Amino acid sequence: MKTKWAVVTVLAAGGITAALPAHAQVSYKDMADALHAVMESDRTVYTRMVVNRLANQDKVIKASEHFKDDKALPLPAQMFRFGAEMVAEKKLPFSYSLQSMWPINKQNAPKTALEKKGLDAVAKDNTKPFYGEETLGKTKYFTAIYADKAVAPACVTCHNEHKDSPKTDFKIGQTMGGVVLRIPMK
Amino acid sequence: MATPAKRKIFWICWGLLSVAIGGYLSAGLLLKSAASNPLLSPARAMLLPGKTSHGHYQIELACESCHTSAFGGRDVVQASCERCHAQELKDAVDKHPSSKFTDPRNAELAEKLDATLCVTCHVEHRPEITHGMGVTLAGDFCFHCHQDIAKDRPSHAGMAFDTCNSAGCHKFHDNRALYEDFLAKHLDEPSLLGRASLPARNFRELAADFPGYPADRFPLKPQSTTDAPAHLMKSQDVAADWLATAHARSGVNCSGCHQAEKNGAKHWVERPDHKVCAVCHEPESKGFLAGKHGMRLAEGLTHMTPRLARQPMHAKASDTELGCTTCHGAHRFDTRKAAVEACAGCHRDEHTAAYERSPHYALWKKELAGEAPPGSGVSCATCHLPRTEYRAPGLDVQRVLVQHNQNDNLRPNEKMIRPVCMNCHGLGFAIDALADRRLVTGNFAGKPGAHIKSLEMTAQRARAVEEKRRQRKAAAAQKQ
Repeated sequence: MKTKWAVVTVLAAGGITAALPAHAQVSYKDMADALHAVMESDRTVYTRMVVNRLANQDKVIKASEHFKDDKALPLPAQMFRFGAEMVAEKKLPFSYSLQSMWPINKQNAPKTALEKKGLDAVAKDNTKPFYGEETLGKTKYFTAIYADKAVAPACVTCHNEHKDSPKTDFKIGQTMGGVVLRIPMK
Repeated sequence: MATPAKRKIFWICWGLLSVAIGGYLSAGLLLKSAASNPLLSPARAMLLPGKTSHGHYQIELACESCHTSAFGGRDVVQASCERCHAQELKDAVDKHPSSKFTDPRNAELAEKLDATLCVTCHVEHRPEITHGMGVTLAGDFCFHCHQDIAKDRPSHAGMAFDTCNSAGCHKFHDNRALYEDFLAKHLDEPSLLGRASLPARNFRELAADFPGYPADRFPLKPQSTTDAPAHLMKSQDVAADWLATAHARSGVNCSGCHQAEKNGAKHWVERPDHKVCAVCHEPESKGFLAGKHGMRLAEGLTHMTPRLARQPMHAKASDTELGCTTCHGAHRFDTRKAAVEACAGCHRDEHTAAYERSPHYALWKKELAGEAPPGSGVSCATCHLPRTEYRAPGLDVQRVLVQHNQNDNLRPNEKMIRPVCMNCHGLGFAIDALADRRLVTGNFAGKPGAHIKSLEMTAQRARAVEEKRRQRKAAAAQKQ
């Protein structure tokens, strides 16, 4: 797993940039953990300090899946997905997505065998990430899966009340899904 | 038998002719200016590998517009596609962005349909396999990824996969008017909403606040006298036309458009082009250059003329060069004329010919006669050059301006539903009307002959979801 990864990669997630020295060598696992730390922090900040505060506590604006049409805030999951899409456009050597065994959008259900195993593992124990390797297409990936927990009442109410949600009894602190992060292996 | 001398002359002539033809074709291929050169453009046309689609035929001789490098392969062409189309796809909240196909978890699906490249589905120069929207795949392409849709949506069981995109229910890229929650919001709307009027344009009110508006040159104060040199004022009609315009009311005098500066010296320009209009009307000009009327100019070619069009056009207008003043009329800038007469002056297709028999035209006539309020008539421009909301970058105010890129909502025609049809009509009626080809050709004189069931399906599903919720709540209450 400790593989040479000559890092000239810039961590561009969430607007935080951390350039590592060119000679540094970072394991796939450490790189994945670092990337996820940025993603998780930004998303938690958005969920608690923007969506939950303004939509649920102060009730000054709504958060909506159709935020443009409804002139509302994007949902935290959408904010996360838009970031993932922007990273994908940059063609950097990693990709990530938010998935769940109880997805509102069926496209976000686990597809690969490793995703299913990983999401199951983090649902059972959300204190430890799941790591593995898989080959998709012709590329071998280091895949890390992190538990995605309900961090605010907004997460729970929205998922429990959504017409397309297959699970309607989420509670705060519970695992709702997982962040799947992939780095192509050299 | 030819003598050796005659044979020699023959071979010399043959050689010279071959070199001349080769040189002519090479010049056509290699010289960028060949696309606009009447002598060399036929050489380019001979080298086209096949007829281009309706979207690109106007610029098909500007090979360099898409093939920016001879050796870049598909990536180079993709960059060209994105140069013109990336923003509109973003604005349309593209349901199938390339990130969906670069996602490693979709690698298996992407092997079947690599939609990271536009040319996977839209191959140019292949008329024999080109369908509507310039699609060159078989019509059931949704099957590749959505073959098990009936598991998630039992109502879709048994539906043929070539109907997903063609039955008025879904579109590959733009579903802004067709997504389920939007349909659910607009169930049971009447065919006429009873608020038939267009948003009013508001440039005059907001011009001073717009970034880049040259308020120093055009102080937004009414003008009463022309400032053109007296010897150039050949007719007082021009002055009278100008005095009646918003230009005169907004401080845009003759010199505003006709006076240019080069190397510090001012000179008079007899026929200002679209670049002059763009000084104040930048978004409109951008739209014009992106649309069918201006795309040739945008690619460095000569003006579009009706002679170059594939659609039926009036012969008398064949050589009319399309610029801003072609439709708006220099000095008079009559937007009402630009909205109907200008279009009908060139276009000769069935849809245009049927306009005068349509209820839309009856409304337009009433508005022109002052019998109905402004914005209640429906002109050609109402639908094809619609008024849209526009927010300049970094500006808080929102402008209502005319989208001069008619490609923006032309195909698929469901793109018209929200910005155009729903100003006056209910969603269900709009979906049905646009799905009825006969009705579209006849310019909406009559009622839709087709009915799209997506609204009923949405309502049915909403009822099922509500029932499930009710049962869940009842079960929870029982537990307590």
